[in-house]
Amino acid sequence: MNKALLTYLVWPLVKFLIAFIIVQLIVVAMTWIERRLLGFIQARLGPNRVGPWGLLQGIADPVKLLLKEDILPTSAEKIAYFLGPMLPLIPAFVVFALIPYGPPPAFTVTRVNVGLLLILAITSTAVYGIILGGWASNNKYSLMGGLRSAAQMVSYEVPFGLSIVGVLMITGSLDLVQIVRYQETNAWNFLPQLVACFIFFVSMNAENNRTPFDLPEAESELVAGFHTEYSGMKFAFFMLAEYSMMIVNSCLIVTLFFGGWTFGMFGVGLTTSVLRGMGFFGGILGAAIFFAKVMVFMLVYVWFRATFPRFRFDQLMDLGWKWMIPLALGNIFVTGLFILAGQERLMYWIGLALLGATVFYLGRKPAPRKGIHASRVSEA
Amino acid sequence: MFDVHEMEVNFGPQHPSTHGVLRVLLKIDGERIIEAKPVIGYLHRGTEKLFEHMAYPQCIPHTDRMDYVASATNNLGFVETVEKLMGVTKQIPRRAQILRVILSELQRISSHLLWLATHAIDIGAMTPFFYCFREREQILDFFEAYCGARLTLNCMRIGGMPEDVPAGWLEDIEAFCDKFDAAVDEYESLLTTNRIWKRRTVGIGVLSPEEAIEWGITGPPLRGSGVEWDLRRAQPYEIYPELDFEVPVGKNGDTYDRYLVRMEEMRQSNRILKQCIPLIRETPAGDLKAKISKVIRPPEGEVYHSIESPKGELGYYIVSDGKTQNAYRCHVRPPSFVNLQALPAMARGHLVSDLVALIGTIDIVLGEVDR
Repeated sequence: MNKALLTYLVWPLVKFLIAFIIVQLIVVAMTWIERRLLGFIQARLGPNRVGPWGLLQGIADPVKLLLKEDILPTSAEKIAYFLGPMLPLIPAFVVFALIPYGPPPAFTVTRVNVGLLLILAITSTAVYGIILGGWASNNKYSLMGGLRSAAQMVSYEVPFGLSIVGVLMITGSLDLVQIVRYQETNAWNFLPQLVACFIFFVSMNAENNRTPFDLPEAESELVAGFHTEYSGMKFAFFMLAEYSMMIVNSCLIVTLFFGGWTFGMFGVGLTTSVLRGMGFFGGILGAAIFFAKVMVFMLVYVWFRATFPRFRFDQLMDLGWKWMIPLALGNIFVTGLFILAGQERLMYWIGLALLGATVFYLGRKPAPRKGIHASRVSEA
Repeated sequence: MFDVHEMEVNFGPQHPSTHGVLRVLLKIDGERIIEAKPVIGYLHRGTEKLFEHMAYPQCIPHTDRMDYVASATNNLGFVETVEKLMGVTKQIPRRAQILRVILSELQRISSHLLWLATHAIDIGAMTPFFYCFREREQILDFFEAYCGARLTLNCMRIGGMPEDVPAGWLEDIEAFCDKFDAAVDEYESLLTTNRIWKRRTVGIGVLSPEEAIEWGITGPPLRGSGVEWDLRRAQPYEIYPELDFEVPVGKNGDTYDRYLVRMEEMRQSNRILKQCIPLIRETPAGDLKAKISKVIRPPEGEVYHSIESPKGELGYYIVSDGKTQNAYRCHVRPPSFVNLQALPAMARGHLVSDLVALIGTIDIVLGEVDR
């Protein structure tokens, strides 16, 4: 066989398929993990009927959804209604070809030197499906859900992109592999870029329509938002896209801020060269570390969902435009100053101090509440 | 719908957060509410008319089905009104009175728990729902142990109480009371100081004390506006004058203050329960019924009597012709119905998301609104 064909087509396809299957398995597992974990947090059991500990729930759900009647509302715009659930799936799947799961070249599907830009470009198209689906359902609640989603995703795309700029400035590359390699020789990027990491994390929650930013589907307000009219497998596609995008964003935050497949800083620990030294097993280990980190963020999503109430639409916009974007711009400015002064190491200490202050602030004991009358409580 | 055109949306009657079959006709501009018009009557069963054709004791199970999440207080209001009409209020044995208070305070807690659960989930916090139901379940178990029913209790009789307390019942309630304050703290830890919760509730649906009184609002929404008006204090019934409890009042009259008031009311109800248990132990067992005739035929006349139900002033107006065993006319003043009337005024200018919070904060039960 032609060697070029093999390197540029066959191997990437095979690797993409493997990565895709692993990611889809995580999606299936997440449907179970999320509900079990929510159950654990909420003093109840969660799904435990299908298979041991309910493990097969992730399979039972798609089977059920496949067997459901596929309802087409009579007044729906047929083509757009059909396209709605398909469109978000495409970017959610394509992006998996761009993420480095382990030490290159064996564990990256494709290495693109503008990988980060490409990912941003592809993921930002996911919103079209939601708007289209919401509009085509010809339901006022769906339309409102679609509109909310459009406004929200467009607004949070800005801080999402801006928060990455700081990382680009200190690593000097758009290549995800290069960004990870930078982090293993220096510190993981969340230290010098703590503010950016925070903004990225909040924006990715908002991008994914997850609590506390789950306004587009806001069950108690819009019934189910943009997917109110969808049933069966079309509904499942929306969910599949949402969970895939959650994994994409978790992969991104791990790659950009938490050292990707490596487990070590300043050249110590399980760095790429150490992993490469272990041969194929080292690669698998790297990928395992990567997915372990991804799972941590997936579980944080669930934890958030159990904890927070929902923002209101205008408050969400306030937070995005009045807080996140100025904060991200300020972060870029400060990072620039440090780089100009050649004091990049100083940012680690500042990051560490900020982290310590945050932990201290959150961990302090709440003041005991005094008084019986609500009025007194209200004044406090 | 973007600039000049308003959109009309039917909010309900089938909607996850209208707490039943409330329908709100919404005129919205984008997400901002221009007009919200509640449409009620989907659950109208003609309860008041039915009362005219039933003997008084037969009416009691029907009162259960008005505010179906707080049936004990519905029973209490009805039996007290008939007793007042008959002039036997003073003859009710002390044990029965204490038992009535225990049941209605348990009911108040369970009603407030259901309110908190749904209010929180309406605003998007799903975990308090399950925590509240954990405790509510225990209260329903107490009801089941007492009268066999969990929701529609039918647990009071004209002239007294149907049953004495089951063995071990008081001890179980005592154990529950000891733990309940900590449970309320747990709910509060999730919500009271949560920034998002505060942003969603502070300043939403503000009712000034004057407005609240003009609308005839009673119960926690009135107290949330800072008016100290609780019928357990203002027009005491049963053994409430003996009991030591405080009436929490809010200050700003917004959704957050109403939330705080109800949270504090749960604590106060718990305090009342703790006082009632030693009191009921002092009374002789089995002394539960006043000596009144089996056939209830009140003298000619009319009476209005109201009690503090978990949702506000629950009043019954009964006219008796003195000849038959059923009421000539019975009218119910349900707190939910009156409180709901302020919804359009509260919702105007807010967003659709706030409407959900407002419906939650009024704490309506459609069975009671529509009767």
